[in-house]
Amino acid sequence: MSVDRRRRGAGIPAGTAASVEEPAMCFDRATLAYGDRVVWSELSMTVRPGEFLAVLGPNGSGKTSLLRALLGLAPLASGSVDVLGGPPQRGNPAIGYVPQHAGFDRDVPLRGRDLVGLGVDGHRWGFGRLSRADRARVESALEAVAARPYADEPVGRLSGGEQQRLRIAQALVGDPKLLLCDEPLASLDMRYQQEITELIGDWSRDKRGTVVFVTHDVNPVLGYADRVVFVVNGRWAAGRTDEVLTSETMSGLYEAPVEVLRVRGRIVVVGEASGAGFDIDEPHHFPEPVGAHQ
Amino acid sequence: MIHQLVYMLGYGFAQNALVAGILVAVVAGLVSRFVVARNMSFAVHALAEVGFTGSTGFILIGLSPVLGLLTGSLLTAFFIGALGVRIRERDAVVGVVMAFGLGLGVLFTALYARYATAIAILFGAITEVSLGDLMLLAGVAVVTIVGLGVMYRPLTFATVDPVVAEARGVPVRLISILFLLMLAAAVAEAVQVVGVLLILTLLITPGATAERLTANPGLATVTSVGVALLATVGGILLALVSSWPVSFYVATIAFVCYLAARFGAPALERLQGVPTD
Repeated sequence: MSVDRRRRGAGIPAGTAASVEEPAMCFDRATLAYGDRVVWSELSMTVRPGEFLAVLGPNGSGKTSLLRALLGLAPLASGSVDVLGGPPQRGNPAIGYVPQHAGFDRDVPLRGRDLVGLGVDGHRWGFGRLSRADRARVESALEAVAARPYADEPVGRLSGGEQQRLRIAQALVGDPKLLLCDEPLASLDMRYQQEITELIGDWSRDKRGTVVFVTHDVNPVLGYADRVVFVVNGRWAAGRTDEVLTSETMSGLYEAPVEVLRVRGRIVVVGEASGAGFDIDEPHHFPEPVGAHQ
Repeated sequence: MIHQLVYMLGYGFAQNALVAGILVAVVAGLVSRFVVARNMSFAVHALAEVGFTGSTGFILIGLSPVLGLLTGSLLTAFFIGALGVRIRERDAVVGVVMAFGLGLGVLFTALYARYATAIAILFGAITEVSLGDLMLLAGVAVVTIVGLGVMYRPLTFATVDPVVAEARGVPVRLISILFLLMLAAAVAEAVQVVGVLLILTLLITPGATAERLTANPGLATVTSVGVALLATVGGILLALVSSWPVSFYVATIAFVCYLAARFGAPALERLQGVPTD
């Protein structure tokens, strides 16, 4: 399959690992399956520290599963994946996680700073207040996303964009090396999409942090993504944006005629209306429940 | 009235009731916070009703009804936890288990034909708590309070933000099963005061009231325990000096607290010029 050849271009050359710094993450012929259903197979790609990887594909193609594999929540059927120099482990403190905006219950007793505080000690057993040093970290994380003006408001009453800023502060408060973002722009309007992408992209540039950014629309992250991986129907293609998002590669992935158009700096993927009926630029989003990819 | 109260408090049964009430209120107030945040009112009802089955079953074979209640609700918690793997399935699982359990309870009640005991379980009978029951209640209360203390932070994380909690390594599934067991214990405790039918008075109202009063999670937990204590202790004291049942007073005090929080807090905010809604 023509798509598989892209694997070679995606990684660092073999045999030079000693002289090159350790990759932030590395999939090697990784296959993920739920029972008999293969989500994606033989995935191989390497992401270096400080790179911004966009994970693209239609709903249900296994984008979230890719993040769950990195988090140690979804074991591989075969192959291997290394994260920050070791196998995935649950609760790795060097990994930050930003979920899609789901909205909090209006009355939930939780303020912005409590949400960020859970990023510091929410996984620890027992009860207790944050130490002075931890409170200072919460404060600077709030400052970094400009969320201090509403940090004492109940989260349920904040706008979607404000809630997502708090979630980024929560993910960054532990000073991670790798940030995993699962559709963080879903159900946000254009202005917030831009703000949230900028926050994440700027963090990556300033701190040399690695970002894995799952999104069904590549356009908001075009300015930041160093490389993309597109997954669909168990197949995948990885590489630079202009390598992967071409009519040829996409047609190979979908096994159907697909055209990739570049219009006014935006990328639009169009298939036959009668065919798969996909459109990665679709404005609608259907959230997938966690762990329910069957 | 004060004289009558002092006089009544001289009796062992009244002292037992008061101590039991305080234990139950602390447990119920703590648990209530999470029951409300996790939308588990239906599960509370199921645990209480199958607890009723356990209670009547144990009486039938000559054992302690309190122990039977605890056994019934813990078994139900186990079944809900084991069967209800997917959240959208859980409602149906709870309903199925509850309906069958209640059917058995009706049978047991008919078999030993002492409806007064059944009514005590359905409507609460804190003034009939024996010293042995009190020891059992205290033991269960200590285990539940320590358990909740140990998992307080991860439980909070898993409750308000389950997706991120799981990503951060919180064992979300284990936490929800453990909480279900704590809830079962709390239900068995609260049934002693308000009975099966009024169980939500102690396991929903305090948490719901606290949510209305503060967005500070720690303060909300303290408030929830405070409301449960006020309702339980207040209810027992009022019942001691009158002829009306404890459950009625507990339910009424809790309801008044909720109404005050629901309508009083927004009014207060408006007075202070804080925009609401």
